[in-house]
Amino acid sequence: MHIIVCVKQVPDTTEVKIDPVTNTLDRSSAPAIINPYDSHAVEEAVRIKEEHGGKVTVISMGPPNAVDVIKRCITLGADDGYLLSDRAFAGSDTLATSYILSQGIAYISRQEPVDLIICGKQAIDGDTAQVGPGIARRLGIPQLTYVNHIAGLDLANKEIKVHRKLDEAYEVVVAKLPCLLTVEKEINELRYSTLPNMLRAVRYQPKVLTAADLQADISMMGLKGSPTSVSKIFAPSQRSGGEILKGQDQQLVSQLVEKLVQCI
Amino acid sequence: KAVQLKGELAAYQGVWVFIEQREGIVAPVSLELLGAGRQLADKLGVELCGVLLGDQVSGLVNMLYEYGADKVYLAEHPLLHFYRTETYMKIFVELVQQYKPEIILMGATTTGRDLAGAVATDLATGLTADCTGLDIDLEQRLLLATRPAFGGNIMATILCKKHRPQMATVRPKVMKMAAPVPGRRGELIISEVNLQEEKLLTKVLEIVKEQGEQVNLQEAEIIVAGGRGLGDRENFRKLCFGLAEAIGGKVGASRAAVEAGWIEQKYQVGQTGVTVAPKIYFALGISGAIQHLVGIRGSDIIIAINSDPEAPIFKECTYGIVGDVFTIVPLLIEQLKEKGGILCA
Ligand SMILES: Cc1cc2nc3c(=O)[nH]c(=O)nc-3n(C[C@H](O)[C@H](O)[C@H](O)COP(=O)(O)OP(=O)(O)OC[C@H]3O[C@@H](n4cnc5c(N)ncnc54)[C@H](O)[C@@H]3O)c2cc1C
Ligand SMILES: Cc1cc2nc3c(=O)[nH]c(=O)nc-3n(C[C@H](O)[C@H](O)[C@H](O)COP(=O)(O)OP(=O)(O)OC[C@H]3O[C@@H](n4cnc5c(N)ncnc54)[C@H](O)[C@@H]3O)c2cc1C
Repeated sequence: MHIIVCVKQVPDTTEVKIDPVTNTLDRSSAPAIINPYDSHAVEEAVRIKEEHGGKVTVISMGPPNAVDVIKRCITLGADDGYLLSDRAFAGSDTLATSYILSQGIAYISRQEPVDLIICGKQAIDGDTAQVGPGIARRLGIPQLTYVNHIAGLDLANKEIKVHRKLDEAYEVVVAKLPCLLTVEKEINELRYSTLPNMLRAVRYQPKVLTAADLQADISMMGLKGSPTSVSKIFAPSQRSGGEILKGQDQQLVSQLVEKLVQCI
Repeated sequence: KAVQLKGELAAYQGVWVFIEQREGIVAPVSLELLGAGRQLADKLGVELCGVLLGDQVSGLVNMLYEYGADKVYLAEHPLLHFYRTETYMKIFVELVQQYKPEIILMGATTTGRDLAGAVATDLATGLTADCTGLDIDLEQRLLLATRPAFGGNIMATILCKKHRPQMATVRPKVMKMAAPVPGRRGELIISEVNLQEEKLLTKVLEIVKEQGEQVNLQEAEIIVAGGRGLGDRENFRKLCFGLAEAIGGKVGASRAAVEAGWIEQKYQVGQTGVTVAPKIYFALGISGAIQHLVGIRGSDIIIAINSDPEAPIFKECTYGIVGDVFTIVPLLIEQLKEKGGILCA
């Protein structure tokens, strides 16, 4: 069982601010973290490996310092990691990102065939949830999104059974392997890293692949390969600030009730 | 009036809305998108079309005309009973290739996002996720798709200049449904479906309804949400459920209240919970963190009760009371009960 997990380095969005003057993004103050959904993707892969044997490989596209999230995945129990890093990748939208990642996955699976690919439900910065489906289409394999439980894995018949989260319900679905899952956080509880994994991560150096290594079509990457472009970035409109009611408790409440009566 | 494009892009005309249905029930967001799509189509001077896939769903077609569609593309087959990416995607992509719309809108639901991501990749076109605003740039004949990103900290307007169709998923409860026009009719285009189960790689075995109480905060008109300021589980339940009952609303919660174990996750409002758009939203003992605020910005009226005058929620609210929830809320419940008749009318 060879599982590839896609992990993204993201800024901690609670720390991201927008400069009100220039209307540009200030990420400088935001620490880089592993996309929270992706830690659960790694955890699930490691659990499958523990039960069925095999290997977990993580892959990330990002700047050179994204090796840190790969090392983090090693502490979580991943065996191997690849970083796809090249200036040609910069500015990729989800179509280009999924192209580059699918080329990376194809590269890895030429060495060791892949049975299962796991992504997070979405990344907390771009927030699109589009990269998983994009990769699955490019590889021509089934996609099972919003998975919150793996109900069975039948290696002999090359089949997986999962629960997909829907509004107020879940769907039980089976798919042929290889396939791609995107996972919700509730699929598992993260565990503490073990000491041997932590020690291994310190020394671990992920393999770095460039555009040339992938031997892929450069016109499908980066800004050139991206049909969408961000034309404007601005701070979300704030309400003008509320009317703060004044008075003693009883009066406050009567005023509020008056307002409520008016607006219903 | 919108300019005409030249070259290959000119062949793409019209606005399409994917009509999402489960078990013959149309998702409200699809009707909202017919409302929004109607405005875009009118600006461009083109047709609005609904795309309806399913098993025995032709009974829904007239309703789509009444909500604004000029045309409906219908594909029916027993294998389309449950949504499956592989079947829906194949049919949708074939329709796009044949009829060439310039804009495609889908709800940003689990189904809509799943389908849109797959379709956009096959068509090698741009897809803007989870939009909260749509408009047309008439001079460039472009869709202006505006969306929150970075956890709601920023808004971005995204364009797809050189590819068609321009695709977007749109968050539920943001666009307004148009009032239906009874008897309004349009043109039906039925497409042939060829599917064989043996050739499919996925199979839906069943859909299981969640046990327990159904909470549908997205549809609620009044929501009473509580946060960490309510202190403990008992007070959370007493004050939130008490006020909700007095005013005829539903209960919601901040993540802090959910994490404290006072209420289940399905009640959580915000970035990692549900996005709501009630007439009235009460925030009791909720500070107003950005991840909470992004989920409530669609509310008509926000009422904040918090003991800290500096709490960020006061910048977002319509009416604020600086005070202790333990004294204010019981008084409010009491007065509302006296006025009960008026409020529930
Ligand atoms: C403000 C803003 C708005 C944007 N809006 C859009 C838009 O509407 N449409 C669009 O096409 N692009 C958009 N982009 C570009 C998009 O954010 C990038 O392409 C981004 O690299 C991938 O999208 P995501 O973060 O949304 O990932 P998602 O699709 O949400 O990520 C899902 C999963 O895919 C995997 N994954 C994603 N990226 C990587 C990676 N680099 N390495 C490894 N695994 C990964 C992870 O498992 C992750 O959990 C926007 C960018 C900005 C700055
Ligand atoms: C990636 C990410 C996603 C998140 N998603 C969500 C989400 O979906 N939804 C969400 O809600 N949060 C979310 N959060 C958490 C968010 O950042 C806040 O931590 C959370 O909203 C705080 O909840 P709170 O307002 O109840 O608690 P606090 O911030 O602790 O606020 C409690 C408030 O109660 C007031 N108070 C205390 N005592 C009283 C009293 N007696 N009377 C009146 N007022 C009183 C205090 O003044 C304070 O303002 C997310 C965070 C991250 C990092």
